[in-house]
Amino acid sequence: MYGLGILSGMVVTLKNFFRKPFTVSYPEQRLPQHPRFRGEEFTWYEERCTGCASCAKFCPLGIIRIVTHPGGTTPAEGDSYAIDVFDIDIARCMFCGLCVEACPYDALFMGSGFEEAKYRRRDLVISVERLRAAEKRPSTWYRPQLEGQAYDPRRDGSLPWQKAGREPWPYHLPQRPQAEGEKTTGEGTP
Amino acid sequence: MNAFLAGNSLMRGLYCWLAANQGNAQECSPGWQPGMAARDGLLPAGWEWLAFAVTASVAAFLVLNLFLLLAMFYTYLERRLIGRFQVRIGPNRTGPWGLLQPVADAIKLLTKESIIPDGADRWLFNLAPIAMVVTMFMVLAVLPFGEGTFIADINVGLLFLIAVTSVNALAVFMAGVASGNRYAMFGGVRAVAQLISYEVPMVLSVVGVLLLAGSLSLVDIVNAQRVPFLLLQPLGFFIFVVGASAEMNRPPFDTLEAESEIVAGYHTEYSGMKFGYFWLAEYSAVLTTSGVIATLFLNGWQGPLLPSHVWFLLKVFGLAFVFIWVRSTLPRVRIDQTMAFAWKFLLPLGLLNIFVTAAEILVLGQPQGEGRVFSTGGLWLMAGINVTVTIGSVAVFSRLVSLRTPALPVPAAHLSRVEAR
Repeated sequence: MYGLGILSGMVVTLKNFFRKPFTVSYPEQRLPQHPRFRGEEFTWYEERCTGCASCAKFCPLGIIRIVTHPGGTTPAEGDSYAIDVFDIDIARCMFCGLCVEACPYDALFMGSGFEEAKYRRRDLVISVERLRAAEKRPSTWYRPQLEGQAYDPRRDGSLPWQKAGREPWPYHLPQRPQAEGEKTTGEGTP
Repeated sequence: MNAFLAGNSLMRGLYCWLAANQGNAQECSPGWQPGMAARDGLLPAGWEWLAFAVTASVAAFLVLNLFLLLAMFYTYLERRLIGRFQVRIGPNRTGPWGLLQPVADAIKLLTKESIIPDGADRWLFNLAPIAMVVTMFMVLAVLPFGEGTFIADINVGLLFLIAVTSVNALAVFMAGVASGNRYAMFGGVRAVAQLISYEVPMVLSVVGVLLLAGSLSLVDIVNAQRVPFLLLQPLGFFIFVVGASAEMNRPPFDTLEAESEIVAGYHTEYSGMKFGYFWLAEYSAVLTTSGVIATLFLNGWQGPLLPSHVWFLLKVFGLAFVFIWVRSTLPRVRIDQTMAFAWKFLLPLGLLNIFVTAAEILVLGQPQGEGRVFSTGGLWLMAGINVTVTIGSVAVFSRLVSLRTPALPVPAAHLSRVEAR
């Protein structure tokens, strides 16, 4: 008989009518986000960066531009370069994360945000000033040490540079600072 | 003139307000009277029509604008409800709960450029949206919104209504032909085929109401409904609702503006406020048609406790809810299925409905004056018979009638050409 299929279909939509909406009102309500989400902005720790430009070399699109000059630090404190320019052109970035994988010093992280829409193309270039000023909410992608501390960028907020690396000191220091309660084995011993 | 103004409290109230003697209730109470304006010293005798013209203009202005407000609210309601049917929220950004969404839509449409394509027939192209909207609003002239609240109660109200709503097809075809676009043309041709086909069962379904009420005047039809005609005419109601949703180009009968087949059908080339007119006509058609259905089958403004206008609005929005519900549920049917449904299924059912109703009136009605009256028991018996007839006939006809189109015969010449290759 015609109509019975129609009626059962109508009942289905009527049941849907009384269900709670599946969608969320985005700016006020947000869906939970995985800590490993590869966000649009990058998190960069200047204290850890040596200016080696590994990220720029490994970028498949060549969109990272780094200009450095020999920094003011004395060789005894560990020689490093001061960063003049660190431009990441996220208009062309495909968020593969190879720059983050390439960083030997745990200085560059994927971000956790996704609201980087801009009116002008040039505004999409993340400058070193923006990287310095940005709130440090690194994604835990390719950074198992962050997952080890159960860090969640959306929940826990800003992460200090001491906690971001695999070890709590910058690798480019010639000598590993002695931690409390650690046994010294002497200079030069393997 | 005075005959169809009798009992018109909307016009009387407006007249009294315009004549500024509403304090004198005795003079204004018995409704529109012959020579009212002359009696009140407003106009010389014989100039009565001027008072009527002014009052009617004001009434039309009020009704039209209130209705447009309602239609605005309805577009918002439709989008919200469809959202809920699809388990999402719907527009909720513009204003509180998104209530200003129709205003935003209107501003957007008004500020957009109205493009006339090179190949278009300019006159027809500009006339089509106007024809669509005007015919839609002419329904309001005879629709009783509440007890005594109507612009005119003409003695051929139902006929007027059918005549005016069928001009819709002409407007759609005008738009399709004038656009100079093949998709618009397809939409226009489909519209003519579909709208004219569904006109027939719709009119036949109304005949049952007409037989029971014994009058074409919509006010008399409402007054004749001691019980809603939905109970006495379930088959007619079913045919009318299906036919009306086809007349309004609403899903599941929206093949004439099927997005997946012919871009947007007849209004493909329209933009700006001209498209807005079509949009407005389609949405307000739901309200006017719901109003007509409420008047013909659901008791009109009658109802206990609440004021008559509230009852009417409740019924209109209840029916609109059903239309939205159907729209959010049913997929689009093919054009050949649409046509087959009208001619093979609805038309015989409509004829059967007329036959059954007429027979019942002859058997169960007691002659009184020119018409026939029914006892309460007779009405209940009639309702029982008609519900049984509805279920039975739909079941039987759905077995008998196949909506499947026979395979098109392929011309022999074409076949041989294909084989030769």
